[in-house]
Amino acid sequence: MYKETEIITEQGTPNDEGDMVINIGPQHPSTHGVLQLVVTLNGETIKKVEPHLGYIHRSIEKMCESLSYRQFIYVTSRMDYLSSHINNHGCALCVEKGMQIEVPPRAKVIRLLMDELTRIASHELWWGAMAMDLGAFTPFFLAFRERETITDIMEDTCGARLTMNYIVPGGVMAELHPDFQKRVKAFIKLFREKADQYNELVTGNIIFQNRMKKVGVLSKEDAISYGCTGPTARGSGVRCDIRKLYPYEVYDQLKFEEIIETGCDSFARYLVRVKEMYQSISIIEQLIDNIPEGDFQAKTKAVLKLPKGEFYTRVETARGEFGVYIISEGATTPYRIKFRSPGFSNLSALDHMARGSKIGDLVAMMGTLDLVIPDIDR
Amino acid sequence: MFSLENITNTIYIWLNSTFHPTLALTFEFVIVGTLAIGLFAILGLGLVYMERKVAAVMQIRLGPNRVGPKGIFQTTADTLKLVMKEGLTPEGSDKFLFNLAPFIVMIAAMLILAPIAFAKGFQMWDINIGVLYVSAVSSISVIGILMAGWASNNKYSLLGAMRSGAQIVSYELSAGLSIISIIVLTGSLQFSEIIASQQNGWWIFKGHIPVIISFVIFIIAATAETNRAPFDLAEAESELTAGFHTEYSGMKFALFFLAEYINIFIVCAIGATLFLGGWMPFHIGNWTSFNHIMDFIPSSIWFFGKIFALIFLIMWFRWTFPRLRVDQLLNLEWKYLLPIGMFNLLLMTLMAIMGWHF
Repeated sequence: MYKETEIITEQGTPNDEGDMVINIGPQHPSTHGVLQLVVTLNGETIKKVEPHLGYIHRSIEKMCESLSYRQFIYVTSRMDYLSSHINNHGCALCVEKGMQIEVPPRAKVIRLLMDELTRIASHELWWGAMAMDLGAFTPFFLAFRERETITDIMEDTCGARLTMNYIVPGGVMAELHPDFQKRVKAFIKLFREKADQYNELVTGNIIFQNRMKKVGVLSKEDAISYGCTGPTARGSGVRCDIRKLYPYEVYDQLKFEEIIETGCDSFARYLVRVKEMYQSISIIEQLIDNIPEGDFQAKTKAVLKLPKGEFYTRVETARGEFGVYIISEGATTPYRIKFRSPGFSNLSALDHMARGSKIGDLVAMMGTLDLVIPDIDR
Repeated sequence: MFSLENITNTIYIWLNSTFHPTLALTFEFVIVGTLAIGLFAILGLGLVYMERKVAAVMQIRLGPNRVGPKGIFQTTADTLKLVMKEGLTPEGSDKFLFNLAPFIVMIAAMLILAPIAFAKGFQMWDINIGVLYVSAVSSISVIGILMAGWASNNKYSLLGAMRSGAQIVSYELSAGLSIISIIVLTGSLQFSEIIASQQNGWWIFKGHIPVIISFVIFIIAATAETNRAPFDLAEAESELTAGFHTEYSGMKFALFFLAEYINIFIVCAIGATLFLGGWMPFHIGNWTSFNHIMDFIPSSIWFFGKIFALIFLIMWFRWTFPRLRVDQLLNLEWKYLLPIGMFNLLLMTLMAIMGWHF
């Protein structure tokens, strides 16, 4: 039988007197997905956390070996389903790099608009779910109200609300809906009003602050050595925003800040995401009035064939750096695709952060890591 | 002016004239007992419905609106469902204690109803140590909770019950101190005298600052005693360790559930009686004509109005604030509320001696 069961029993055995091993998940009331955490406790203090993954492993990377270069993008929406546009964008960029396709300027701007709207939607859901994990049930409903506005806008243009397969190699799949600009402008106004209310309700609340400050401390060196990216690392002071370091599309022509906090605790990570929402809104504001005219998709062959070689691109999803690595042998389907998922590395830091804290803090920590398990398991 | 006193007096006189005194007393017991149980049941149904509607309004949604007009039969349907469920006793549990625990919690809740004055002349038992009796009996429910946790034969239930027990016992101190602050002003533990002393104005207005501090501490302690958010780690810890009533199903669970809502009603009733005047209408000093107008509203409506206002406040807390971690909770009590309460008691005594209240 599997050697794995032996590993599980070995690592799960309590070492000292008074240690208790409890199992959290795979089914939790919190909204993270199917993640099993085997926690070794001494009284109230956590001594070790082992995440057991694989409950939603769907062999996406293997599946992509039998799908064409146009088809495999649709599967990637289902990995980190909260940043589905950004995932698609990463894959499209990799294919375009391989085939040297030039994307028209209109398509570039539309792609960025969709990316930033997705980032806001993902952070809204994170905010609602995080507040709910900590015990306040109302912000969840408020956050979803904003998210509904965004998904309605996307539904008109892309046809879907969650797994929008809109960004394709060469540009975007269809023209923008005529109401798009109007609705996005209305959304910008709505968001700015509500975001201040939310900050008052949650960020300024002393109970939230006490639950998140000094909880889950991850120093800068540890963040780098565990490979954390995205808001998890930026909360510890690491400069890692792909939009600034390796700009793609028109990010280098836009004015926005990379949010860095040096608190290294959960509250710092929380603040990074909240401030990132404001930055995304300002990016959308800069772009929405300046969408260039032109084609929305470059003329490409019907069947794409990447030349023989290895290609890698990286994009900044709401969770961190998402990398697409394609090894092609010159055929119509890739030889091997590897996705570098941001959640996997962020989760690996959980054990380090959780040692010595109480059980109640574990939930706050998982919330600030913003895990989406299908992204980790692929 | 219509008053429930007339009804009670009429029935009392009729019973005593028709029957032998002991038999009349027995009949009174039966009537009062039925009324108390009926009040329980209706309050339970009403409060659960209120909670769900209040939550819905705060979360921009509708709440129950299908079963019955505006969903008023939702709780009845839920209770019927709970009654029909299988009441499972886990193997290896201590059967006697397991079955006894919900009853102890329920009985403690019912016993506290006795000295509460629902309206003018409508009080079951006007004992001279009313407030002390209420404090003492409310501690009995802790035994029920600990029993439930231990007898479940489940380490998570035990942890949850221990935490809940520690929380309730700690916050009883603060609640007790704030109650004592009022007793210093009234000079009597008897409920009818406390209410009578608020004839010319409620204590929260007469005793200004120290009483307001007491009131705030009492509300916080009351929320913690009934295991409500933001202090509900005993129930919501079901993510990690399950609460003390996890192994209960069917009617036994319904008893725990009901007892929780009745407890909220009771602490709000105590708060309303001590701080807001009980059934006494809103009087201002000796403005006789104003007081006379206020008296037109029946006293039972004043009392229930005040209680439901306080219950709304407690429900408001639940749907706004996140929950505290267990060490933060105990910190709050022992390092902040208790010292403030003690200092406030000194302040109150000073005020009572110097006559600085109205």
